[in-house]
Amino acid sequence: MLHVLDLMASFWLGQLNLKALPPNPIQWFGASLIILVPIMAAVLLTVTKRWRWLYREWITTQDPKKIGVMYILVAFGMLLRGGADVALIKTQQALSVGASNGILSASHFQQIVTAHGTIMIFFVAMGLMFGIINLILPLQIGSRDVAFPFLNATSFWLFFFGMVLVNVSLVLGDFAATGWLAYPPLSELRYSPSVGVDYWIWSLQIAGVGSLLAAINFIVTILKMRVKGMNFMKMPMFVWSVLGSMLLVAFAFPILTATLTLLALDRTLGMHFFTSGAGGNMMMYVNLIWAWGHPEVYILILPAFGVFSEVVATFSKKRLFGYTSMVWAIGAIVLLSFIVWLHHFFTMGAGSDVNAFFGIMTMVIAIPTGVKLFNWLFTMYRGRIKLDSPMLWFIGFVVIFTIGGMAGVLMAVPPIDFQLHNSLFLVAHFHMMIVGGVVFADFAAITYWFPKIFGFKLNETLGRWAFWLWLVGFLTSFIPLYILGFMGATRRLDHYSASLGWQQLFIVSGIGAALIGAGVGVQLLQFAYSIYKRKDNLDKTGDPWDGRSLEWSLPSPVPFYNFARLPEVTSRDAFWEAKKIHFKDNRKYEDIEIPKNTPLAFLIALMAFLFAFSVVWHIWWVATMALLAIIVGLIIRSMDEQTDYVLAAQEVEKLDKSHLKGARA
Amino acid sequence: MSEAVSELKVTNKLIAKYDKDTKTIFGFWVYLMTDCVLFASLFAVFAVLRHNTYGGPTAQGLFNLNYVMIETMALLTSSFTAGLALLSAQRKRVKHTLFWFGVTFTLGLTFLILELSEFSRFVAQGDSWRRSGFLSSYFTLVGTHGLHIAIGLLWMLIMMAFILKRGLNDTTLKRIRMLSLFWHFLDVVWIFIFTIVYLFGVLGV
Repeated sequence: MLHVLDLMASFWLGQLNLKALPPNPIQWFGASLIILVPIMAAVLLTVTKRWRWLYREWITTQDPKKIGVMYILVAFGMLLRGGADVALIKTQQALSVGASNGILSASHFQQIVTAHGTIMIFFVAMGLMFGIINLILPLQIGSRDVAFPFLNATSFWLFFFGMVLVNVSLVLGDFAATGWLAYPPLSELRYSPSVGVDYWIWSLQIAGVGSLLAAINFIVTILKMRVKGMNFMKMPMFVWSVLGSMLLVAFAFPILTATLTLLALDRTLGMHFFTSGAGGNMMMYVNLIWAWGHPEVYILILPAFGVFSEVVATFSKKRLFGYTSMVWAIGAIVLLSFIVWLHHFFTMGAGSDVNAFFGIMTMVIAIPTGVKLFNWLFTMYRGRIKLDSPMLWFIGFVVIFTIGGMAGVLMAVPPIDFQLHNSLFLVAHFHMMIVGGVVFADFAAITYWFPKIFGFKLNETLGRWAFWLWLVGFLTSFIPLYILGFMGATRRLDHYSASLGWQQLFIVSGIGAALIGAGVGVQLLQFAYSIYKRKDNLDKTGDPWDGRSLEWSLPSPVPFYNFARLPEVTSRDAFWEAKKIHFKDNRKYEDIEIPKNTPLAFLIALMAFLFAFSVVWHIWWVATMALLAIIVGLIIRSMDEQTDYVLAAQEVEKLDKSHLKGARA
Repeated sequence: MSEAVSELKVTNKLIAKYDKDTKTIFGFWVYLMTDCVLFASLFAVFAVLRHNTYGGPTAQGLFNLNYVMIETMALLTSSFTAGLALLSAQRKRVKHTLFWFGVTFTLGLTFLILELSEFSRFVAQGDSWRRSGFLSSYFTLVGTHGLHIAIGLLWMLIMMAFILKRGLNDTTLKRIRMLSLFWHFLDVVWIFIFTIVYLFGVLGV
């Protein structure tokens, strides 16, 4: 009898059972937070009667501006989640010395480190990047929309549900304890028998496919939807950088998809790609994952470079120095980023010739990066510099990125890498690149473009406080890690001997992290306060910073159709040039096609989530149903040939005039 | 005068429609390139693992070139008939289009059935994907191609239903173009599979 019940349970629920619930108080706390947040959101929506609003304005939207806002909201939420992980990691490392074992078990600590890395890269850095691209890219190329709005919405919801799946692992089961790239053989079923690695695989798989679709969308948007007159060499630098980045996504993310699938096949169907026996080859995994992983670094940093190119030119009141060399630098980075991946594992034993090649290539790729840095500095030279907070983030970036970059060139020398490999020196290096580079740029971008999207500026005083807390906290947190790395401290270290004398440095680093936490707190306060006091900071001109590119020619907030009348571009910095001449506008209004709202993108991604969740737990009947539902959803979508509606020219004119009047009032 | 204006409006609409279609087809090309990278990764994996037989069967012991040749002919012919279907569609000949898609579908299905029965024969004789790294990579590479074929067949069925119901309007025509791109792409991938997996395998290169 019991046997039959077992069989039934394993059919209906797969491997899911009560043992999946969290085992200890810290995990219970995390789990209850993850459950409480959506419940509180639901209560809030019900009390304020906003469910319909949520559905109409957000869940079904096809407007890239709204999708961009949602990306950034999710990314900020995940910044808090990943930040909570940091708090635990730093506390553990400060306390777990000698006889004391700190607050976390070794396995729990490894899960937290893995979750921190995964979340910060895939759901914070990528989220902020795609958010900003969605918000700004169509405006800068003078377009009313992206090439494939439905695909774009689907990308976002896949990203969203990938994020949900990572967080579900806090409540049901565990997360991978393998480090953020889950190297085999540790990530194979034999050594990681729980569902943790499966959660890791499938949340990245969903989010990764979302990124891939987004890249296809933006490549076509940039190549096919630029406004009349904007040839390649007249595109704003941000657009160039996004083009480079999205080409990298298109070429690198399929490798990730393939690699994750192979690991999943190993774990689920008993294949032997990366197993330590039966003809598997685990070093192949390391090669494959970095063939994606190294371009990924540049996928993140290129749009960041683009943001700084815009910010520096605007706040120096000069055109960007060395536009052409900037473009070539992006091109060089795109190509070179595919031939440096082996520097992540010089210690593999590929031999001195191979290591020498990749070492030299790694040093070579620093050159175009250096070109860009000098171009920004020359842009500032003899400019009329205004030190608003976006510019502060830029200057902070220059300092941190240069320190981190030089550490990178140092490690590009294979013999030195043999000493520093897998140490905290490396950890300090890549945090300086990703946080000091990407995240600082994203914060600059949010401050810079916030008024364009919402119609009012963020509070500058709090913005400065946030910046200084971040900068000081960041240096305090990571400079000690360089030193610790030299002293031999390895990454993912959950316990060390007191005689090593590392504890003080770990404590200093922890204090730095706390300062960063305070910085994030001030940023949240800045959002809340700026929204509360928005009347004081309204942007009525649409051009609060004296900007240079087309988005600043629009009213703030940008109307849903972006451009009532399409501009024509005759030069770089099109809006800047147009401001200089008194430009007589006799363009006519025309009908605009706007995509209709649809819940299908959300539903398809939801089904992808169900599929992934049930594969993690081996609930095959749900997985099959979810897959069928996705196919049906796509067929339903394909039956609808009227996916757009037309906004009549008179209507556009009326809306536009009322916007203009609002701007003058 | 007003006639000229309305004519201009129609022309503008046509241009807009054309832009939109080329955009979609260009986007589909970009997608195909990403799929190409996916296959490239699987080919690379196969190249690394193809001698890792771990005491199991080798390519020479396993593959029957005559059988694979029949599969190949079925798929190559289906690519040709898919081309004929596209040509008929562009000439707005509904019945011809349906006929050639019918032939393409039958050939594609034949290919898939042949492939699956080969797979099941291997599994039945104990040479499944669990046997060795070589077999894992073989099943995954060839199976991924087969999965694409299955998706293509499903798409073709839906396409035929659309043609029956809505005729050959612009949207249908655009989708037929993409379907035929997809089908030819799979054909190209198969040529590489045939060469690298089967031919090199049997020759022991």
